[in-house]
Amino acid sequence: MSGKSQSRTAETMSREPMCALTGRHAYDVQSVQFRYQSNESHAASWILDNLSFHVQECEVLGIVGPNGSGKTSLLKVLARLMIPQQGRIDLFGRDVASMRQREIARIVGVVQQDTQQLFPFTVAETVLMGRFPHRPRDRWAGGFGWESREDVAIAEQAMMTMDIVHLTHRVVTGLSGGERQRTVIARALAQTPKVLLLDEPTAFLDLEHQIEISSVLRRLRDERGLTVVLVSHDLNLVSQYCDRILLLDHGRVVRLGPPKEVIEPEVLEFVYRCRVLVDPHPGSGLPRVTLPGRPVSSKT
Amino acid sequence: MKQLPAMIQPGSCTDALSHESDRLASHGAILTNSRWMTALGILGFTTIVVSLVCLHFGAQPIAYSEILRVLFDAVSHKDGTDETSDIARTILLQVRLPRILLGFLVGCSLASVGVALQALLRNPLADPYVLGVSSGAALGAAVGVLFGAGTTFLADTALPACGFAGGLLALVVIYRMAATYGQLPIHSLLLTGVILNAIFSALIMFITSILEPNRSYGMMAWLMGTLTAPTYSSLVGLVIYLVIGLCLLFSQMRVLNILALGEESARTLGVDTERSKRFLFVLTALVTGAVVSVSGMIGFIGMVVPHAVRLVLGADHRLLLPASALVGGTFLMSADTVARTLIAPTEIPVGIITALAGGPFFVYLLLWRKDRLA
Repeated sequence: MSGKSQSRTAETMSREPMCALTGRHAYDVQSVQFRYQSNESHAASWILDNLSFHVQECEVLGIVGPNGSGKTSLLKVLARLMIPQQGRIDLFGRDVASMRQREIARIVGVVQQDTQQLFPFTVAETVLMGRFPHRPRDRWAGGFGWESREDVAIAEQAMMTMDIVHLTHRVVTGLSGGERQRTVIARALAQTPKVLLLDEPTAFLDLEHQIEISSVLRRLRDERGLTVVLVSHDLNLVSQYCDRILLLDHGRVVRLGPPKEVIEPEVLEFVYRCRVLVDPHPGSGLPRVTLPGRPVSSKT
Repeated sequence: MKQLPAMIQPGSCTDALSHESDRLASHGAILTNSRWMTALGILGFTTIVVSLVCLHFGAQPIAYSEILRVLFDAVSHKDGTDETSDIARTILLQVRLPRILLGFLVGCSLASVGVALQALLRNPLADPYVLGVSSGAALGAAVGVLFGAGTTFLADTALPACGFAGGLLALVVIYRMAATYGQLPIHSLLLTGVILNAIFSALIMFITSILEPNRSYGMMAWLMGTLTAPTYSSLVGLVIYLVIGLCLLFSQMRVLNILALGEESARTLGVDTERSKRFLFVLTALVTGAVVSVSGMIGFIGMVVPHAVRLVLGADHRLLLPASALVGGTFLMSADTVARTLIAPTEIPVGIITALAGGPFFVYLLLWRKDRLA
């Protein structure tokens, strides 16, 4: 670390510590049952089946599981994009079913998998839209309502965090997948949320930006007390960067705990139905997953 | 390792922050008050100049000095002073001015509706004409005429209401389609439009065929899209609908911005999407219905104008919507001037001019700019 960053760390320390595991729960999920409407005739097809767990305030929780295990559905239920048929979800102690979409948007930022854009908004305009839930409701007169300087400053700060300041004037329809992804994350950060929900945030990113985003998420947790819930296919990324991991299969919790308790060869083999190698990461000591690989002939 | 910038707490805007906001604003990356005023000021000025030019042209050109004097006299309630200006005054105030006003209102409304539909359906090709909303409204108005709504003392407000009902019917079908697919992909959008247009035209043709010959001729002329000399009282009827519809539409500009991001993203940003969409669909039906009941089916303005404006001024609806309204109004005023002067004294239905201008543009988009259609 450079001297500059050390002084920054000191400054952070001297401030009120943003992240202390308070023991409060960001989310309380109690026996949630969810299925898509069209499947109602099939009694067996719950996408989320009697799911109960909690997300602690100020933790990075990774949700992993095979395809179709209900990861994305779970994230959408947490964001109240979909409403579970049974069960209850509390967000900082309040039932989300009783909250307005706007209230939720002030607390929860969501980054979805599909970030495809159709209209040529600039990157700055897109990020600035993250301020929308904080603007006063302007039902009749305020179709115009300009953003305040404070809104613009917050958006600019979110862009600095996601390293997209150089893209400010570019049009979102002309960005690469990774640039678009970072723009959407910046938009979610501009909501100044307490909780960030991300669906495959690193899917379109190259190695550099995968690492960068993962560490930015951790730093946001450390310095601003952000609670992060992310869905990912990348077991190694989740193991290195998450405080706890929720392993889902068929809409049920298989394991929930720190990486060492969840990333175990027997558990993974049971859920993913294939053999993998798990050993401690040489740097962090956290579990590392390796595919068995093909046998290589000794002659070559 | 990269450091996070210092945290900004809401409510703690300092001088250090304001230079950052200036930086974003100064390069046109975001829409600012000054950019908004400049763009709309220039467009507003252009509209006024073009409308004077449109007043000038006609079967007999009227000198600009004469136009200004007559307009000034009319505003200050003075009577004309001599014989020649009296004739000019009648032509200007009773024939050309109401027609130009109507052209402006219709163009303005169709372009605004186009902007709203494009954001709502997340499809840059959406247009009330292409989607079949216009023919739905036309059917509504035709049914109104069949049952004599046009002859009642409420004629000027009853026909727009019939058009509104017809347009709403079309939009309910489109809404169901969009709800099924999440957005309306280009092929199903065009298909929906083709089907709705076919059904509604068949019904309109049926109504036309059972009307008496002279009324059916009038209806055919109206269907092709025409702005023939309206009376001020029919303009007032239209204006009532449009003022309500457009004001409400303009109150939703920021919501349109968010809806343009996609339905789920809009919800995560705190928009009650179902309510907003229903509200906006009803507004577009209201405006389209009112316009079609007066001017018939004038196509493609709702698609061409927002598209062109978006290319030049960007996608922010707070500028896109009012700018498209002004450009749409100016465009239709000019197209109508061409329609009534090109082979004067015979008039061409203005719908033919706009279709000839917009149709090729539509083909160009479909063939060469597929990237813009997603």
